[in-house]
Amino acid sequence: MKRQVPLAITAVVGIVYIFQYFVPHEPVSKFSDWFSDWFAIIQAFAIWLGALNLMKLSAIKVARRKRDWIYSLVTIISFAIIVIVGLFFSGGTDFQVRGTRFMYIYDNVYDPLSSTMFAILAFFVASASYRAFRARNKEATMLLLAAFFVMLGRVPVGDMISAFMPEGLRFSNVADWVMNIPNMAGQRAIMIGIALGIMSTSLRIILGIERTFVGGD
Amino acid sequence: MNFWVRLMTIDRRIIFLFVVIAVTIPLFLNISQEIVVSTEVQTGFDAFSALQPGARVLVACDYDPPSSPELQPMAVATFRYCLDHDLKFIIIGLWPQGPQQANAAFETVLGYPISDTITYNGKTLIYGRDWVNLGFQAGNELVIQRMGSSIPAAFPRDYRGTPLEDLPLMQGVQNFNNIDFVMNISAGYPGVYEWVQFGVDRFGVRLVGGTTAVQAPLIYPYYGSGQLLGVLGGLKGAAEFEGLVGVSGKATQFMLSQSFAHVIVILFIIVGNVAYFVGGRKQKKT
Repeated sequence: MKRQVPLAITAVVGIVYIFQYFVPHEPVSKFSDWFSDWFAIIQAFAIWLGALNLMKLSAIKVARRKRDWIYSLVTIISFAIIVIVGLFFSGGTDFQVRGTRFMYIYDNVYDPLSSTMFAILAFFVASASYRAFRARNKEATMLLLAAFFVMLGRVPVGDMISAFMPEGLRFSNVADWVMNIPNMAGQRAIMIGIALGIMSTSLRIILGIERTFVGGD
Repeated sequence: MNFWVRLMTIDRRIIFLFVVIAVTIPLFLNISQEIVVSTEVQTGFDAFSALQPGARVLVACDYDPPSSPELQPMAVATFRYCLDHDLKFIIIGLWPQGPQQANAAFETVLGYPISDTITYNGKTLIYGRDWVNLGFQAGNELVIQRMGSSIPAAFPRDYRGTPLEDLPLMQGVQNFNNIDFVMNISAGYPGVYEWVQFGVDRFGVRLVGGTTAVQAPLIYPYYGSGQLLGVLGGLKGAAEFEGLVGVSGKATQFMLSQSFAHVIVILFIIVGNVAYFVGGRKQKKT
């Protein structure tokens, strides 16, 4: 039963969702709406599950004084502060309204910290580009040329540099060509491949052939 | 170790320093650049500007603070256009931070904190009548699917807990048939992909997608097939959109820094390749 019930639920929900795409009328649509509402509830709980799991792992790290345990302590304290402030000291359901303590933490702590973490990537991208973009062979040279034209074509200075060229050869137009022709062709091929893979895997899951998600082989 | 080999293995902190200089110095310069509008931004703007006053625009803000330098200007320009042309807008988020980012963008347009009654260019706008923020809903793409059958079922309350039936703008809004246009500003999953697959393909939504520069190449096939009416890609797309809306915002200002940074990276790549070929040959000779 421990495996049969999840497999049965998966099969029923999967078949209903496939069926309702082609028959979007009642009563099929009622089932898919019902399942969608359940999914929203389960996902909301999953967010909490993820957060609580993080707290549990952090607490274990702090209790056992593992390497870098101080960062786990910061995680726990930050989580507690934001949850408590948001739930009890920010006007209830109005906690996202400007002027609440929750939004003060969001604007002055979360926003600048997370933006800074992401901004650091710019330096590593520059450094990695310097080391990786070498014309070692034909493929690397093509990649290098595409990067050259797209990087310069995506900024106004590219057109300034290539202003003397015929319009079709200006960097912005070359970048547009790269994006709209070879890039689009490649992305289409990748998308179709991924879609076929998803169809195949989904069918295997719905039919119970793929059982790894319930602990099967 | 000869000069060229040392150049190939240059300390990355030197590269970091050049990037810092390239990004920060332009912030103090007053140089204007001509920003040429690309086709995909122009077609997106044309679809947006075809809306009549009173049309309902769904602005789906699916991003968080790390992506806000590229995407926040798009949201600001969108809200400014809506206010200038009397379009009603409904804010939602499939990312938890999206509705807060949307409020911050709206406040940038107004120049002061949002309240229930605001004044913009002599017009009085009332929350619930002229705009609403329905907040975040968990469920990713299934929220989009649920909205296709019933928006009140997907978002029974706004971000402050007010029931939808108490919001005049949401009266008569049952599903996407009652929404005239969707502007999706997204940084990943769920985002433009899901809006195309579930909104456009299933329910015929009219959609323009704004994404980060990293994600933009991935959604070009949807633009090529006509499923996306336009693509705003990265900071350049945001700057182009700002120009079309008629405002010089953050994206336009930051394009100078981006120009300098791209040139610096390109120069380093050229230097690295010169060092590779010259230094490699000299090493082979010895």
